[in-house]
Amino acid sequence: MIPTQLARFPIFSRVLHWLMAAMILAMLFIGIGMVASVSERYELLVAIHRPLGIAILGLVVIRFLNRLFSPPPSLPGTMPPVMRLAAKASHILLYALMFIMPLVGWGMLSAASYPIVLFGSLQLPPILPHDLAMYAWLRPLHTDLAYLLFATFLAHVAAALFHGLIRRDGVLASMASWRRSSRTPITGDNQI
Amino acid sequence: MPQDESRAVAAPKRPLSGRGMLRRLGAIGAVLVCAAILFAAVGGWFSPGRMTQSHMVAGFEEVNGSHPGFRLNHAKGVCVAGSFESNGQAIPLSKAVVFQVGRVPVIGRISLAGGMPFQADKAPTVRSMALRLAPPGAEEWRTGTVNIPVFAVNSAQGFYDQTLASAPDPATGKPDPDKMNAFLAKHPETVKAMAIIKKSPPSSGFADSTFYGLDAFRFVNAAGVSVPVRWSLVPLQPVTTERPTQSATTDDNYLFDAMIAQINAHPLQWRLMITVGEVGDPTNDATLPWPADRREIEAGTVRLDHVSSEATGRCTDVNYDPLVLPSGIEPSDDPLLSARSAVYARSFTLRAGVQPEKPPGALPAEDTRTAGK
Repeated sequence: MIPTQLARFPIFSRVLHWLMAAMILAMLFIGIGMVASVSERYELLVAIHRPLGIAILGLVVIRFLNRLFSPPPSLPGTMPPVMRLAAKASHILLYALMFIMPLVGWGMLSAASYPIVLFGSLQLPPILPHDLAMYAWLRPLHTDLAYLLFATFLAHVAAALFHGLIRRDGVLASMASWRRSSRTPITGDNQI
Repeated sequence: MPQDESRAVAAPKRPLSGRGMLRRLGAIGAVLVCAAILFAAVGGWFSPGRMTQSHMVAGFEEVNGSHPGFRLNHAKGVCVAGSFESNGQAIPLSKAVVFQVGRVPVIGRISLAGGMPFQADKAPTVRSMALRLAPPGAEEWRTGTVNIPVFAVNSAQGFYDQTLASAPDPATGKPDPDKMNAFLAKHPETVKAMAIIKKSPPSSGFADSTFYGLDAFRFVNAAGVSVPVRWSLVPLQPVTTERPTQSATTDDNYLFDAMIAQINAHPLQWRLMITVGEVGDPTNDATLPWPADRREIEAGTVRLDHVSSEATGRCTDVNYDPLVLPSGIEPSDDPLLSARSAVYARSFTLRAGVQPEKPPGALPAEDTRTAGK
C-alpha cells in the first residue's frame, strides 16, 4: 500500500474523533429508536440517552479547545475550491450540531420540568424555566436537528470514503490510520 | 521504501479504471444506503405494525376523536394542591427524600379515565389521582393512581386492544359486544382482572375512593436493599357506596362538583400505604393482585386543600410520568411503566404544541372557586 501523504491528526484528536463518532452514532440510533417504542427498552434507552448526550456536550467543548491548540492537518492542495468549501462548511455544521443538540435536549427537559437525571441521584439543574410553549418549540427542534445531524453524518462518511477510495489523497488516512509510523511523516508540499 | 513515499507525494496514484471507479462509488453508495436503512428500520419505518407512541396516539384519537390541548387519556380533570406529611415509617424501605419525616408540597390532578374532556361523570368510569411530590431541593416523585385494585391489562398491546374494543358503536352508543368478546378471548388476563375489579364497586365519589398505583416498583433503602412494592392511597374520609340518586342526577359533573365542594369546605386526606411484596409476587403484571396478607406500611398522609380548574391550576403543565422517580424508588420489570412513560411523553408534546388553543375543561375556573363556599 502507498503510505499516507498528509500528516495525521494528533493522537488525542483521533481518539476524540472516533470516541465521539461512536457516541453520536449511538445517540442517533437510541434517539430514533426510543421515540418509536413503547416496549421495556424505552426506559433503558432514555436512561442512556440523557447522560450520553451530556457527555457529548462535555467532549465537544474539549474537542473544540483541542482543535484550537492543535489544528488539523491542512487539506491536500489538489482539492478543488468547491470541495474545500464543502469540507469546511460541513465541519462547522457538525461542530455546531454536536454542541447545540445536547443543549436543546437539556433545554427541552428543563422547559418541560422533567428532572434531568444523569445517574442515580445525580441530576443537572434546569437551564430554562418551566414553560410549555418553549418546550413545544424545542422538542420538535431536537428531532429536526437529529435528522440534520444524521444527514450530515452520512455526508461526512461519504466524503471520507470518497477521499479514501476515489481521490486517495491521504485525507481519510489522516484520521483513520492507526499504523504506527516508523518514518518521518511527510506533509503535502503545497498545502494552505 | 522511501522511493515509494516520495513518489506518493510527488505523483498522483495510478488512475482508476472506469469499472474500478464505478465499483468504488458503488461501495460508498452501499455504505450510505445501509446506514440510512438501518436508521429508518430502528425508527420503525418498515414495521407499520409495531406498537409505537404514534400508534397508541392514533388509537386514542380513533376512539375519542381529537381534542387538541387535552391529555390523550384522563382528559377530564382538575388540579389539586396540598402536601404530603411523611411519618418516617418508610425510611427502612426507601432512602427517597420524600419519606424523611416532614412535609413535602404536592401538586396533583384528579381526573376520570378516558380521552373525552367533556364526558359526563359516571360511577363506573375509572377515577384517578396523580401526584407530584416535590421536596424542595431534592428529587421529586410523580405517581398516577386509579380507583381499581388491579389494572385490566398487562401490556401496551393489551391496552391498545382494549381501547379499540371499548370504542362506542355510533349506532348504540355502547361498545360493540362482538368486538369486546373478541378482545376478551385474546386477553384472558383481562377477564380475570375484571372479576377482581367487580368485587370492589366504586364508592360515592372521588373523596372516598381508594386509589391504587397498580404497577409494582422497587424501594431501595440506604443499605442498598431492594424490595418490590405497590402503593395505594386510602381515604381518611368515611367511605360510602354510590347511591342510585347520585347517578340519576342531571349534573354531568356531579362527581367533580361534589369533590370540589368538599375540598373547598375542608382538606381531603389519604393515607399512603406501601405494600411490600415477597419473593414470587408478580411485579411484571399489573392485572395480578398480591396476596392479601402482605406487609403494609403507612408512609404518611396526603392532604389536599386546594382545587383549581386546569385553566389556572399548576398541574396542567405537568406530565405525570410514572418513571419520574427519586433515588430510593426504582421501576420494576412491569412493561406498562415504559409504555406509560413513552405515551405520556408523546401526549405531553402534542398538547404542549396547542396549549394556547385549549378550551377550558369541563370544569371552569368559576366552578372550582365557588363550589361548596
